[in-house]
Amino acid sequence: MPVITKADGTRLWARRTTAGDLATWFGWLLGVALTVVCFQFISEHTIWAFVWDAPRQAADLLERSVPPRWDYANQLWKPMWDTINIATLGTLLAILIAVPTAFLAAHNTTPSRALVRPIALFVIVASRSVNSLIWALILVIIFGPGMFAGILAIGLRSIGFIGKLLYEAIEEIDPTQVEAIRATGASGAQVLAWGIVPQIAPAFAGISVFRWDINIREATVLGLVGAGGIGLQLQASIGRLAWEQVSMILLLILATVIVSEWVSARVRHAII
Amino acid sequence: MLTIEGLTKRYPTGDLALDNVSLTVPKGQVMALIGPSGAGKSTLIRCVNRLVEPSSGRIVLGETELTRLGDLALRRARRRMGMIFQEYALIERLTVMENVLSGRLGYVGFWRSWFRRFPLADIEEAFRLLHRVGLDHMVDKRADALSGGQRQRVGIVRALMQNPELLLVDEPTASLDPKTSRQIMRLIVELAKERGLSAIINIHDVLLAQQFAERIVGLRAGRIVFDGAPDEMTPEVLTRIYGEEDWSKTIRRDEDDESEDGGPAAATDALKVVAAQ
Repeated sequence: MPVITKADGTRLWARRTTAGDLATWFGWLLGVALTVVCFQFISEHTIWAFVWDAPRQAADLLERSVPPRWDYANQLWKPMWDTINIATLGTLLAILIAVPTAFLAAHNTTPSRALVRPIALFVIVASRSVNSLIWALILVIIFGPGMFAGILAIGLRSIGFIGKLLYEAIEEIDPTQVEAIRATGASGAQVLAWGIVPQIAPAFAGISVFRWDINIREATVLGLVGAGGIGLQLQASIGRLAWEQVSMILLLILATVIVSEWVSARVRHAII
Repeated sequence: MLTIEGLTKRYPTGDLALDNVSLTVPKGQVMALIGPSGAGKSTLIRCVNRLVEPSSGRIVLGETELTRLGDLALRRARRRMGMIFQEYALIERLTVMENVLSGRLGYVGFWRSWFRRFPLADIEEAFRLLHRVGLDHMVDKRADALSGGQRQRVGIVRALMQNPELLLVDEPTASLDPKTSRQIMRLIVELAKERGLSAIINIHDVLLAQQFAERIVGLRAGRIVFDGAPDEMTPEVLTRIYGEEDWSKTIRRDEDDESEDGGPAAATDALKVVAAQ
């Protein structure tokens, strides 16, 4: 940045001026000092005896969880199936609402930038700002416990995720393809279907399957607040300190998540 | 057939792209529009089919005053104007056939087009035109699998599928190599002649313009500064359009290139005149 011309006319270049260099070093120093102060604060509020005890506690817990109670699995198939259904139906519900919302939110497809776009963006932000567990908590109060509350919770949280990524994809399309379709005399709906939809199809498929994959994981904990699925069994087992059941449930969740990851990877690969 | 009167376009940013342009293109005339980048060539042809809304002025196609049309009438009018683009503007993820049939969107209802149930006559016409441009074997290929020249042929066929009266051609050769450029220009001009279409072709390459167009209009900073036959192009004219530059040398080098290609006599004669000066 600074170019210094010496008396004999040769020009020197350095990345920063001397003052700039000092300021940068001071900034780093400040950062390190802040870290030390923070650590001291945390340390004062930690009961270190518990922390030093942690490895023993962990070993103890592990000992009580092993071996998993394999025959408990027979009682888990149904709740696991419920969990997958909650995730899938919730994702479908979210897609149904998120797709039109995304078109209303993208600045190149929205019917009104002054009115409709801010509303659509607000729907997306509102949905994203609340965790699905909290959505479930609220919905269980409204609709009572069960799968329905779970499906709605997953759906409401996913609208924001799918809507945001999809409207960004819509904003990134190549506008000349849209222009070309408009130039043929196509109607507004045809411009959408021919000029825009083919361009965002891969992104749409990728986003939806990715969200479904996330939802499988989120749906496993919804039972903690009574919104159906395997979380109910998890909570009950933890409550009764039945650790060999807990480990069985965790193993089953792990297996399901691996399968869903595999499925979503295959789908994305096939479409792109 | 196409009449432009006092066309002015000022963008919201304040840039004056077109300044009181008046122009008449008779039926069947192939006109080249040349000029430096930013002269308003693209804006001009986009004002004709109103992809860009003119600020003022009148544009009349046949009996239709395009600048006065409402949405529905404008869509009907756009069917009569085929457009060909610089970067082809094909729908990359659709097949060649789908891209070609998209030229019929103005004639087909939404659901028919959504389910790709185009009338038999359209499909026959698509096959006929694809055969005409030598793309028979590419019907089911995806557009992004084609080479530049092949894509532009698909773009041309799409425009012709509209059964237009006028072709609006925006830098058709800017992304192509010199040989393909000539083939594409030849194809556009031949097809326009076969069907008696008028054409406005924006083009950077002065030589291509001279070789293939019957009339050349020079645009500079949104105003028409030249309007004449290809053989009227002189270094003075080029200076008027593009600004001061040693034009004779540019043209001499291009002339060698041209002689191998065997361009029409008129264009070559014009070059000799230019080169002599």
